[in-house]
Amino acid sequence: MSAPSSPFGAALAARVVPPSGFTHWLTVLAAGAMAFLAVFALALSLAAGRLADRWEGALARTATVRVDTAPDRIDVAVATVLAVLGQTPGVASARLMTDAERQALLAPWFGPDLPLDALPMPELVEITATGQGFDAEGLGLRLAAEVPGAVLDDHTRWRTPLVAAAGRLRFLGLASLVLIGAATAAVVALAAQASLAANRRVIEVLRLIGARDSFIARAFVRRFTRRAFFGALAGSALGMAAVGWLPDADPAGGFLTGLGFQGAGWLWPLAVPVLAALAAFAATRYAALRMLEELP
Amino acid sequence: MIELDNVVHGYGGDPLLDGVSLDLAPGSFHFLTGPSGAGKTTFLKLCSMHLLPQSGSVRVFGRDAGQMSRDDIARARRRIGVVHQDCQFLDHLSVIDNVALPLAVADSDNLPGTDEVAELLAWVGLSGLSGNLPPTLSGGERQRAALARAVVMSPEVILADEPTGNLDWDMSLRILQLLVELNRMGKAVIVATHDLNLIRTAKAQVQARVLRLKDRHLQVAGADL
Repeated sequence: MSAPSSPFGAALAARVVPPSGFTHWLTVLAAGAMAFLAVFALALSLAAGRLADRWEGALARTATVRVDTAPDRIDVAVATVLAVLGQTPGVASARLMTDAERQALLAPWFGPDLPLDALPMPELVEITATGQGFDAEGLGLRLAAEVPGAVLDDHTRWRTPLVAAAGRLRFLGLASLVLIGAATAAVVALAAQASLAANRRVIEVLRLIGARDSFIARAFVRRFTRRAFFGALAGSALGMAAVGWLPDADPAGGFLTGLGFQGAGWLWPLAVPVLAALAAFAATRYAALRMLEELP
Repeated sequence: MIELDNVVHGYGGDPLLDGVSLDLAPGSFHFLTGPSGAGKTTFLKLCSMHLLPQSGSVRVFGRDAGQMSRDDIARARRRIGVVHQDCQFLDHLSVIDNVALPLAVADSDNLPGTDEVAELLAWVGLSGLSGNLPPTLSGGERQRAALARAVVMSPEVILADEPTGNLDWDMSLRILQLLVELNRMGKAVIVATHDLNLIRTAKAQVQARVLRLKDRHLQVAGADL
């Protein structure tokens, strides 16, 4: 602790390390670049999380019954399917999809003007489940028995690997953040060690006049923490601008166009400079105290 | 205040100091002489705990230096003012900031303020140079600034290692005068020097004991000085 009553206390203590040196720019640049990457990793992680939630949550509560039978029996078959679904516990609602909805489903592949009448298209019944859900296996067996040509698709076949992929993507995004934080800490620690070595004379003078190791370390820690914070602040701002520059989320565009932050998610990158400063603080303090311990 | 008891120290091979003992009393004045490489600087570094003895003990203000924590050693150093031949300044700070630097590292509340530091600079004759950077000072000015920094915390002991080594005779006398004044204020002073004329001049002004490092041992010099 520096003496609060002395005019030569904290203000002078903050200036004992010379301001110049390559470590200054190394730290600022490294923290800025890492923050830029961290913002992207964060955006990726958040987007993957949203995707996983969507696939896991909203889509898990829906299913489709495809009714594919002869044209003269299709109306009866659809009516039977709706009747069966109406009696099935766990089914909140069931409705026949309109031609426009079926056309919209095929539009990404065949364009908007697909003549459905000319194609042997099956009818589709959309099911929305209650919170508890329904017995998909039992329903599938019953539909197969009562309505030949009706097939239940509860999306599990394609939803499960997608949810797993999104979950892993989210994990990789978070792991990237941890690696970026560790790399930032390592670079700042190396820069701090270089600075300590270059300022050995400063350390000798401070030792001569009775400075404790914690005082000497604090002089370096203060400087490197500040550099890392402002470097990361600039890097985060650039990263946020770059993410904002990406196209807006578009239902037809899929995952890539939804990579940006949404709503309160824009606040998350603001934590990056703070975390960079904390990493720099811990790394510099550790490096400084360890090096000072080794000096006579 | 500082007691060396049968101290042995070296840097590999034969010890540089062997069986060295000294009891530095408050208000005492010692000169330490000896040829270059005899161990004068090592002796002073043992006194300021920048080195710890390989055997024997160094007790500083009643405590064994070998048993003190690093923080305790740092605190004890604030009670010892050290002046080196090369002064050791922070060249990016002004003279007044360098002189006041010990105040920035101290834990105490009762520290000198700006006026006291300015008075100290006036005492060593550097009032007009307080805003200068150390590299712009002459050798004598640097030594006086170093002396001001050494005493700004009102230490009980002053250790001066060849403080007049690079100075002309007039400036050497001025530095000596300042050291004598500090001794008259009650501070114990050890001056390592090979300048016998300086020692003879000092003995006319102050009751000084002359120690000589020779053949690894510390001897009390005779009346030939």
